[in-house]
Formats: sequence, structure tokens, C-alpha cells
Amino acid sequence: MKVKAITRTEAAFTRETVGDLYKQQRNLDPALHPFEKGREYVRAVSAAKVERMLAKPFVDALSGHVDGVYAMAKHPTVLDRLYSGSADGEVRIWSLAQRKTTLAIPHAHRGIVKGIAAVPSSNSFLSCGTDRVVKLWSTDTDEDAHPDPAVPVSTFIGRNAFNALDHHRRQNMFATAGVAVELWDHDRSNPVQTYSWGTDTVSSIRFNHTETSVFASTSTDRAIILYDTRMSQPLKKLLLDLASNSVCWNPMEPYRFAVANEDHNAYYFDMRNLDRAVNIFKDHVSAVLDLDFSPTGKELVTGAYDKTLRIYDVQSGHSRDVYHTKRMQRLWAVRFSMDAKYVLSASDDGNIRLWKAEAAATTGVMNARQKASVEAAHAVVAKYKHLDGVRKIVKSRKVPKAIKNAAHLKRVMLDARKKKDNNVRKHAKNPDLVRPRVPEREKHIVGTQD
Amino acid sequence: MPPKKQTRGKAKRAALATHAALTAAHEAAVKRSDARVLLTEDAGFLEPEHELERTYKVQQRDLAAEHLDWTNRAKVFDLDLPQLGPYTVDYTRNGRHLLIGGHKGHLAAFDWKLGKLQCEVQLREPIRDVCWLHNETLFAVAQKDCAYIYDNTGLEVHRMKKHKAPQRLTFLPYHFLLASIGDPGTLVYQDVSTGQIMAEHATKLGKCAAMTQNPWNAIIHCGHGNGTVTLWSPNSGAPLVKVLAHRGAVTSVAVNPTGHIMATGGLDGQVKLWDLRNAYAPLHAYFSRTPAADLSFSQRGLLAVAWGSHATVWKDAAGPEKVQSPYMTHHIPGAMPVTRVRFAPYEDVLGVGHAKGISSLVVPGAGEPNFDALEANPYATKKMRREAEVKQLLDKLPADTIAIDPNVIGALVSKKDDRALRVPGTKYHGTAPDQQKSRQDPASAMDVDGEPNAEDDGTEEGEGGEDDAREKNRKKGRGSSMKKYLRKQKNVMDAKKKRILDQIDRERAERDRRRRGISAEEIASPLDRFKAKKR
Repeated sequence: MKVKAITRTEAAFTRETVGDLYKQQRNLDPALHPFEKGREYVRAVSAAKVERMLAKPFVDALSGHVDGVYAMAKHPTVLDRLYSGSADGEVRIWSLAQRKTTLAIPHAHRGIVKGIAAVPSSNSFLSCGTDRVVKLWSTDTDEDAHPDPAVPVSTFIGRNAFNALDHHRRQNMFATAGVAVELWDHDRSNPVQTYSWGTDTVSSIRFNHTETSVFASTSTDRAIILYDTRMSQPLKKLLLDLASNSVCWNPMEPYRFAVANEDHNAYYFDMRNLDRAVNIFKDHVSAVLDLDFSPTGKELVTGAYDKTLRIYDVQSGHSRDVYHTKRMQRLWAVRFSMDAKYVLSASDDGNIRLWKAEAAATTGVMNARQKASVEAAHAVVAKYKHLDGVRKIVKSRKVPKAIKNAAHLKRVMLDARKKKDNNVRKHAKNPDLVRPRVPEREKHIVGTQD
Repeated sequence: MPPKKQTRGKAKRAALATHAALTAAHEAAVKRSDARVLLTEDAGFLEPEHELERTYKVQQRDLAAEHLDWTNRAKVFDLDLPQLGPYTVDYTRNGRHLLIGGHKGHLAAFDWKLGKLQCEVQLREPIRDVCWLHNETLFAVAQKDCAYIYDNTGLEVHRMKKHKAPQRLTFLPYHFLLASIGDPGTLVYQDVSTGQIMAEHATKLGKCAAMTQNPWNAIIHCGHGNGTVTLWSPNSGAPLVKVLAHRGAVTSVAVNPTGHIMATGGLDGQVKLWDLRNAYAPLHAYFSRTPAADLSFSQRGLLAVAWGSHATVWKDAAGPEKVQSPYMTHHIPGAMPVTRVRFAPYEDVLGVGHAKGISSLVVPGAGEPNFDALEANPYATKKMRREAEVKQLLDKLPADTIAIDPNVIGALVSKKDDRALRVPGTKYHGTAPDQQKSRQDPASAMDVDGEPNAEDDGTEEGEGGEDDAREKNRKKGRGSSMKKYLRKQKNVMDAKKKRILDQIDRERAERDRRRRGISAEEIASPLDRFKAKKR
């Protein structure tokens, strides 16, 4: 008779010394793991709840400016540095690690500081204002030539007030937006190039940091114009239903840019095909004033007139997260930090607020176990996030009552219009004539010109 | 002819669902096969060397004497306790600790591999059943009047009055539910982590002494005196399924760990096997000379039968052909009745409780050789046990999710699909979802009729269905709810209303008469002649 019974040696399953690790034997046979889906679901619910509990995105408020902060710029290569300009003409340089001002220039401009930009690969920056002046500042002090950083290195005087400003990524060239778009050189006191297309003022301007000679501007006549520094004429003009307040290029997809529009949406375009938006970012209940892409190119942050900041994933049409505080008033500038972990907002109340990009993430270094646990939680929530129980928790955000009511009203009105459209289409003899179906992504585009 | 788009969508969804299921199954199979190389232990076996040898002829003493190694020799033992009544036994989930309860009130818990006693108490009350809870620190005992929970030191922790006169106890480890059934025939579910009574179902089939759980889907199987086996979940007041199993009372029920096979023993001397995943089709029926007092499946599918003063083990009892002879058998002379047989998890050991105490037998090939340390670890230290307890509590499944098919969660089903309650292969039997007790179902499957992120779309499909149940409001904003209520009340007649209407009629008649000048006295009556005339 051949006989064998299960024999296990203690040594194989316990540790020999206190310093040893315990051996955890695994058997993945599903017969030993009943209710896999149920347990995973319970873990997903718990993980979602814990994530919401740990969601504390506000880090700090940088206060110092007396008046509202209307211009903000980050340095593309120095992580710690932030430039800001406020309505009383003050310009400040901040250290984000220490969260305090490194340099304050109280009377930098005589009016509102409308635009501010860093000069990449150097310690200088530019600021422009309603006093028709662009000033180049530098924190590199030279005992003979430039002893005081609070005194500008050079000043460029224009004919009209400036609305916005941005610097070229590589060359010593910057563009200003005012009545027309002007391209300046550091060494010339007059603009090198002037681009003019359309009748109204240009409200914002941004250089593409990847495709470096391309830049875009938005103007109050609802146009978005694309330019190339190597050409004397603008490239293309795109007209939307309502005016755009800001434009930003995706650093990882250099042919794509997003605009912050007055109709509460942000539009994402591909410059190669301007007939159709690539994506529309909805959710704000007031005009979107500024937006910025994350350096990964996968997320973007928008700040709106409704006092909230929203973070979107580029692939989806609705916000992933919304940040608001009672003390934070209208948001005029938002920036994503260059390590993709923080988001900065400059608002009317004179504070620049530092927020975490991932609300529930821990700041600082996580050990391998923590990282694995966080990743496991994310994975299990992602697996079940379509189910009611998990979805409600993941989507739940406390939002100010005014915004909740405004969003509800907006929804009711849009639903009513949609229902009417559907009814008219249903009962019309020739529905495509009476109410032609236009995709949402093409609906808000009036036209393009070359 | 249905419009093309709809059928395309339906077909696509069906294809997606099948694909998802197949991919998942395939991935699981691949993982299993890949991970198999890491499994270190082999299963036991008992094989005859030549044709004339029979496995059932092998005795425990022969095994102990000749064939087994020293560790397994120690697993063959008898505890001689003849005065304290037939014993009932239970093993913890990791197979480490053994709990014995005698009918005369003797209760003991010990680590049977080390022979280390944890507690020994004399309760002075009959013990009908014993059951470990989630680990070796707590256990439940079914005593004469109700169920009690004890600590591993023998200290009484809880007295559970709602479990009246229990005959059988079982613990659902993933839901932390203690279920009991007894003399009143009421199945009581209690959450032992919060203490909440989840359900009390009156089976209305009298006293029940045969009960077990299906480890795969946490459904409770009860065997009743009229020969039926009923399946229960805490979410439904009526049994989910009723199977007419025996011609006589059902004495014992057992379900195998994968949830495929149910074994029932009845007073008619039959031990029948049923296929749970295939419309409860009867597989085989075996004859036992004495009704089977207890049945139990091992982790590898061996079936142990307690009958008379014997404990017999059958191998492949539910296989394609009926097995002609048992795998092993053990006779304990004078120990009538053998009350309980339980396999020790992850060991080739069968614990037998009988009138003369308990016996531990080695049954090669019974247990799963490779355990999963994150599920149940026989070598857990105190720290590991505590961590595991916390993790178990965090992963505790809500009682609402207990259903015949545990894999409904996260699956693609349409809103009106009641797959959770439906028994595969049979006509639907069970209460409709809207008739169940109202408890919010946390694990509702994704609705395929609506879209997952239907925020931008206008109308939602769910509202149409709701309106069908309620009466439609056709007043276009003009009718108030009070008016509607009054309108409906107009035709309702009751005694009070009748009295009031009668009074109104009388008063109207009186007014009429007064108007016409006829007074009540002037109305001629047959009794007038007897009245004294007033002048």
C-alpha cells in the first residue's frame, strides 16, 4: 500500500532568527479565495472613502501682496521660483520651498502689472503693465553695472498699454499683447515685429515651449491667432462663439493648445485641424480666466471667475477635482508646478495659494510599502469605479452652495433646450434641415481663417 | 423589424460581456498555472499496490504502525471521555485549534498539533453544537436555552438571547455572520463584529437539526423534517430554493468547498449527492445502513459520513460513475452514535466526535497541501493573527451581497436582471427585488441600459420606469395633493360618515316639514288613539 500524508516542516514556514523575514506562502487557487469580487469591491469602497478623508489639498497661502494678484509666472527650470505681479504695481519673487518672498519690488509699475514672464536659462524676468512699459529685471547683481535687483536692467516703452507678456523659450525674444501683438528683442528698444489681425485688443499671449517659434494669442474679438516668429504674418485665426481669456500649449503635444473661454468651458485644439476641438473641458459655472498644463501634458488646471480651481485630465471632459476656499476670490492666474505635484492660484484677495495636484497624496518621500499600498488602492478603485457605491464616493466633492445652485440651473436650462431640440427633430418633416445635428466639439467654432 | 442600431448595441454588449468573462477566466487559469511552480507541498495519497488490495481495509493502527512518518503518527489519537456525552468537534479555519463540546456540558479548546490546552470548562448545560468564530480567540456554543460566545480562556463573553434553543451553529467567515437554527425553526443571522441581528427567518418547517453553509456563496442550507432542504440568504424572507431530497427527515447536509456539490443524508438511509450548479440535479444516491448523522466534505473533495458507530470516507463520490466502495472506514466499538465528522483544513486529518469522546484519524489525500498565508496560516504568530483579524474586519462583506451567484458584483447586467437571485437552470424561484426588505444594495451592477457617465445627456432612462409604478400626475401643475386626496375620499363610506349623512337627511326632512307647516305632532300615527288629548 502506497501511503503519503501531508507533512510540513516547521522550519519552512517559520523564521529561524528574529532578524529573518517570515515566509508567506501563497496559493492562488481560486478555490482558496472565495468572494474575490466582493472583497475587492469592499476594498474599493474603503479605499475611496479613505482617499476622500485624506484629501487635504491646501498647502499654504503666500501673502504679501496688498492688492489683487493678476499676473503670475513660473520659471521653466528652477522649481523653487515664482514671479507675481499685483494690481498696485508691486512685483515679487517667491521661494516656494520656504514659502516666502525673496525679493519684493513695491513700485515696479505705475499701474496694474498685467503680465509677467521668466527668461528661461537665466535669473531675469520681465514684467509689463498698463503704464505702457515692459521692464527687464535681474536678480544677478553686478557691483558695477547692476548693483540693485530692484532697479530694472532695461525698460521697453510702448505706445499703448500692455495686456500680456511671454518670453521665448530659447532666444532672447519676447512677445507682448496690447493693441497688437509685438515681438521684441532684449537689445532693441523698439519691437522687431508687429502682428495685427483684427480690430480689438489682444488679451493674452503664450509661447510654445516645445515648438519654440510658435506662439498664440487670444483677443476680445473672440479670435485665437497663431503666429510663428520666423514669419512676418500670423499663421491662422480661429473664431469661437465667445471670447477666450487665456491660451496655453501642451508641453508634451506641441501641436495642441487649450483656451480658456468666456462660455465656462476650456477648449482643446489641434493646430493642424482647427475645424474641430479635440476636447472640451466643462464644469465651471463662470468664465474661465486662466489655464495651465501640467509638465506631463496629461492634466491641466483652470481657474475661473466662480472662485474655484479645477483640475482636469486631458482625456476626459469633466474635472477630476475642484478646489475652493471661502477666502479665495476670483482667480486670475493659475499655474501647474514643474514637478507636476503642486498647483498655484493667484486671486483677487492678494494671496497666491499653493495646492497639491493630487489632493490625497502625501508630500515627501514614501517608502516602498506605502507606495505599493497607495498603488493597490488606486488600482482597486479604478477597477470598480463604475459601480454606484464607489462612483458616488469618488465623485463626491463639497462645492460652495452658489456654485451648486448655478450648476443645477445651468443643467436644467441645457436639458430643456436639448429636450426641445429632440422634440422638434422628432416631429419635423425634415429634421436635418430644421435642427441639423452638429457635434458639440464643432458647435462653438464660428470659423477659421488663414 | 428592430432598428439596426439597437441590436448592434446589444450584440456588442453581449460580446463584451463574454469576452470579459473569458479573459478573466483565462487570466485566472494562467495565473494559477504559473504560480503552481511555487507550490512546495504535495497532496497525500493512499494507493493500493496490487489489484487485490483495498484501501478501505487499511486501519488507523496499521497506518500509524507501518506507513506514516512520525509527525503524522502523532495525528492519530483518541480522547477517551465516555461519561460526558456524545461530542461535537470543530476546527479553526487554519486547522490549528480544535474545539470539542460534550452533550453533558464539557467544553475544551486546544491546539491539537502541540497538545496544548487553551481552556476546559464544565458548562452544566447540554451543548448541542460548537463553532469557532473568525480565529482561535472566540467561539460560539449552542446551549440549551440560547447561544453563547466564549473567549479562548473559557470566559463567557456574550449571551445571545435571539438565538433560541439552537441545534446548529455556523459561522460565515467573510461576512462575520453567525447563523443558528434550532427548535423553533427560526434561522437567525447575527453580525458578531457589530452585534446586529441581520435577519430572523421563520422557516415554518418545524425543528431543524441539519444545517450547513455553502463556502462558495455563503448561502445556508437547512435540512428539515419533511425531507426538504431549503437554501437561505439574509436578504430574503422566503427560502431561495427548496429541494425535496429525502423520503423522510433530512438528518444532515454538507456542501463541498467549491460550492458544486451538496450531500444530504436522510432517515430513509440514503446519502444523496446533488449538483448545485446544474439545476440541483441529483447525481448519485448511496445507501447507508444507519441514517447518516453527519456529513462533511474535505478540501480535496473527500466525503466523510458519520453513521452508527462508524466514520466512513468516500472518494470521488460525485464523480461520473457511482463509487462501489468507500475510500476508508473507521469503526469505534461502543461509540454509538458518532455525532460529528470534521476534516481539519490543510491537514490529512479527520476529527470524529462520538459517544466515547473524540478520535483523530489520518485520511491521506483529504487536505489541501499548500495553504495561502494571507487567507489562513497554520503557522501564524500572535502578531500575524492580530493583523489578519484587522484585515478580515476591513474586508468584511456586507450581508446584503449574499446571493446564489457571488460573482454578480461588477458584472454587466441590465437593470431588470435578477441574476443574483436566479437559480441557474431552474425556473426563477425567489422574491422579486422590490419585495425584499428595503436595504440599499451597495454592489449594484452597472446599468447597461443607461450610460455610465450620463451627465451630459438630457433624459435618464431610470425615470420612465419609476413612473410606471406610481400613478401619473396629469394635472399639469394645477391640481394640488389635497384636492386629489379629497376627491378620492368622496366615495369612501364608513359608519361615522353614514351617521352624519343620516343626520343631515333627518334635519333636511325636518326643515321641509316645518316649511310646509306640518309639525311632527300632526302626523297621524296608529297609536294616536291611545294618547291623552291635550286641550
